[in-house]
Amino acid sequence: MIGLQHYLVVSAIVFVIGVLGIFINRKNIIIILMAIELILLSVNINLVAFSVFLNDMVGQVFSMFVLTVAAGEGAIGLAILVIYFRGRGSIAVDDVNRMKG
Amino acid sequence: MIQLIVLLPLLAAIIAGLGNKALGKLPAKIITTGALFAICAMSWSIFIPFVMGNGEAYVAPLFTWIQSGSFDAQWALRVDTMTAVMLVVITSVSSLVHLYSWGYMDEEPDQPRFFAYLSLFTFAMLMLVTANNLLQMFFGWEGVGLASYLLIGFWFRKPSANAAAIKAFVVNRVGDLGFMMGIFGTYLVFNTISIPEILEMAPSMAGSTIGFLGARFDTMTVLCLLLFIGAMGKSAQLGLHTWLPDAMEGPTPVSALIHAATMVTAGVFMVCRLSPMFETSETALTVVTYVGAATCLFAATVGTVQTDIKRVIAYSTCSQLGYMFFAAGVGAYGAAMFHLFTHAFFKALLFLGAGSVIHAMHHEQDMRYYGGLRKSIPITFWTMTLGTLAITGVGLPIIGIGFAGFYSKDGILEAAYAAGGAGTGAFLVGVFAALLTSFYSWRLVFLTFFGKPRWAASEHIQHALHDAHGHGHDDHATHGHGSEEANAPAQEHAGHDPHGHETAPAHMATGTGGYHPHESPWVMLVPLIVLSIGAVFAGLVFHDQFIGSEGGIAFWQGSLAFDSHLMHAAHEVPTWVKFSPFTVMLTGLAIAWLAYVKYTDWPQRFVAQFGVLYTFLLNKWYFDELYNLLFVKPAFAIGRFFWKFGDVGFIDRFGPNGLAALVVQGNKVTRRLQSGYLYTYALVMLIGLAAAATWAMTR
Repeated sequence: MIGLQHYLVVSAIVFVIGVLGIFINRKNIIIILMAIELILLSVNINLVAFSVFLNDMVGQVFSMFVLTVAAGEGAIGLAILVIYFRGRGSIAVDDVNRMKG
Repeated sequence: MIQLIVLLPLLAAIIAGLGNKALGKLPAKIITTGALFAICAMSWSIFIPFVMGNGEAYVAPLFTWIQSGSFDAQWALRVDTMTAVMLVVITSVSSLVHLYSWGYMDEEPDQPRFFAYLSLFTFAMLMLVTANNLLQMFFGWEGVGLASYLLIGFWFRKPSANAAAIKAFVVNRVGDLGFMMGIFGTYLVFNTISIPEILEMAPSMAGSTIGFLGARFDTMTVLCLLLFIGAMGKSAQLGLHTWLPDAMEGPTPVSALIHAATMVTAGVFMVCRLSPMFETSETALTVVTYVGAATCLFAATVGTVQTDIKRVIAYSTCSQLGYMFFAAGVGAYGAAMFHLFTHAFFKALLFLGAGSVIHAMHHEQDMRYYGGLRKSIPITFWTMTLGTLAITGVGLPIIGIGFAGFYSKDGILEAAYAAGGAGTGAFLVGVFAALLTSFYSWRLVFLTFFGKPRWAASEHIQHALHDAHGHGHDDHATHGHGSEEANAPAQEHAGHDPHGHETAPAHMATGTGGYHPHESPWVMLVPLIVLSIGAVFAGLVFHDQFIGSEGGIAFWQGSLAFDSHLMHAAHEVPTWVKFSPFTVMLTGLAIAWLAYVKYTDWPQRFVAQFGVLYTFLLNKWYFDELYNLLFVKPAFAIGRFFWKFGDVGFIDRFGPNGLAALVVQGNKVTRRLQSGYLYTYALVMLIGLAAAATWAMTR
C-alpha cells in the first residue's frame, strides 16, 4: 500500500534534487530555473498528498495556483535570461557575479 | 534718555554692521556718527546738572535678565555722578573719534564694518559704566574686550595685527578670570550682585575671614584683590600690561578711543565704583597703590626710549593709568576719576594728533624719520603741543591756573603725599614719573615737529614719492602691513645693538627727500581742536567739583568713597610738594629740549654710555621675553603634549580611528561572504531558513 509517507519521501527527494541543482550547478542559469521548477513541483506533490490524506480540496486548488505561478515564473525567468544573454553573451553561472561585495 | 544714550549706539552698530556693503560707506558713517553726536549732547545734558549740584541719581530698569532663587540680575541703567562723568568722557571722545575716522579711514574700503565696531564698542562701554550690578558690568567689560579685539585686528590681512588682537584678548582673559572669581566670591559672601547692596553691606563684612584650602583669609581683601586683578587686566597695569603697546597695531582712532580714553580706564572706574568696598581692606588698597606706582614708573621709563610715535603714547597711557590707580589706592578716588576725565581729553588728543602726523607722513610711524614738521602741519603741531602741555601738567602752582593735567596730576601727587604710608612712596615715584612724562612727551614733540626733516630715509615716504600719483595710496591695509614688518626688524636690531639708533643713524639720508606733507582734512582737525579745548580747560573748569574738599562732597553725592579730609589735607601740603611736579616738569622739558633740539648727539652718547640700561628699556624690561619663557612656551609645550600624546596618541588612536580600523578589519573578513554567486546566497538562505525552522520547532 502506498501511503502518505511515500509521497512525502518522493517529494523530499525531488526537493533536495532541486536544491542541489541550484548549489552544485556551476554551468547554466537555465538549470537553476529548472531546479526551481523541481522545488515547486515537490511542494505541489506535498500539497496534493496532504489534500488527499486530509480529504480537503483546498490543497489541490492551491497546487493549481502554484503551477500557474511556476509557469509565469519560468516565462519571466527565461525572458530575463534572453535579455541577459544579449547583454553579456554568456549564461554561465560562474560569470554571473555582479552582486559581489 | 539714558536708555537712548545706551541703546542708540547699539542700534547704529547693528544697522551699519548688518547693512555693511548693502548700506554703503556714507550712510553707515552718517548713521553711526549722527547717533554718537546725539548721545553726546544728551550725555552733557545729564552731566551739567550734576556739575551744578542739582543732578538726581536714579536707576532706570530695563528688564529682568536672570532670576534664579536669590540670584537676581536685572538689566538696569544707573545714573549717578560717576556714570555722568564717564558718559561725557565716552560719548565726547567717541563722537569725535567717529568724526575723525571720516578723514583717517577715508581710503579704507571696509568702512561700515569699522564704524559698526566703533559704535558697538561705545555701546558696550556705556553698558559697563551704567551697570547697577556686577554681572551687567561684566557684560560691558567683555563687550569692550570684544570690540577692542575686533578693532585691533581690523586690518586682518596683517599678521601682526591679528597677533596683537589675540594677545590683547588672551591677556585680558587672565584679568577677567580674576574679575569673575571676584563676582563669584562677592555673591558667595553677600548673596547679591547688586552694586548698591554690596557697597552698603561691605563695611559690616570688614575683618571677617573666609576659608579656602584650609587657610583663613580676610574676606574683603580677597574679594578686592580678585576684582583688582580684573581691573589690572583691563587697565594694563604692570604684569598684565603687555597687550596695550601691541594694541597699537589697530587703526589710530581706535587707539585714541579704546586704548587711551575709555576702555583702559574701565579698571579705574571699577575700583572707584566699588570704592566703599576697597575702603574696607587696607591690604587691598596698599596693593593697588604699589601696583599703580610700579606701573607708573615702569611705563614711563619704557616710554622714554620708544621710537614708534604710537608706542610712546601707549606707554604714556599705561603710566597715567598707574597714576589713577595709586590715587585710588591712597583713597583719593575723586582725584583718580579727575585724572581719568582730563586724561581722556589730552590723551585722545595726543593719539589723534599722532594719527594726523602719521596721515601726513604717509603711514610712517617711526619718529626717527620725522622732524621739522611744524611748518607743514601747523594745526596738528599746535593742538599736539597743547596736549603735551596738558599731559605734562603745565601750570602755576601757587596761583593754581594751568592745563588739565596740572590739576589732576598735581591733585593725585598731593593726595598721595597727604595720605602718607604707601602714599609717600607713591608720591616719590609719581614725581619721578612726572619727570619722565615731561621728558618723553616733549621728546615726542621735538622729534616730530622740530629739528631738520629726516623724511628721506623712510620707506613709506620713498614709497609715496615713487607712487605715480604721489598720494594715491589706497592699498592702505597691505601697506601698513609692509611697514610693520619693515619696522620690526629695525627695532629688533636696535635692541641687540648697544649703539642703537636713538636718532636717525648716520648712514641714513636726511632731508625732505622732496616730500611735502599735507595738513589733514578738516574732519580730522575739528576733533583735534575740540579736544584741545578740553585739554586746556577741563581742569580749570571742573577741579573744584572733582577734587575740591567741599565741592567734591556735593558733586560726587556718595557715588564713590570721597574722602573730604584727605582732599583738604592735599590742599594743605607743604609748598615744596606743590612745586615738585612743576619743577620736574620743567626739568624734563629742559632735558628733552637739550637732547633733541640743542645737542642732538646727546642721545647717542647716552646710549653709548648706558648701553645696558638703554637695551633694558628698549626691550620693555624684557616682560614679553619673560612671559614667553614662563607662560607661552610652557603653554605651547603642554598643548603639544595633549595634542600629540593625549589627543592623537590616545583618544584618536583608541577612539574614532581605532573603531574605524576595527570596522575595516572586520569588513575584510565579512566581505568574503559576498561572493556574488547566486548559489552562495541561496545556500546561506537555506542554512538560515533551516536554522530558523529548527529554532522555531525546538524552542
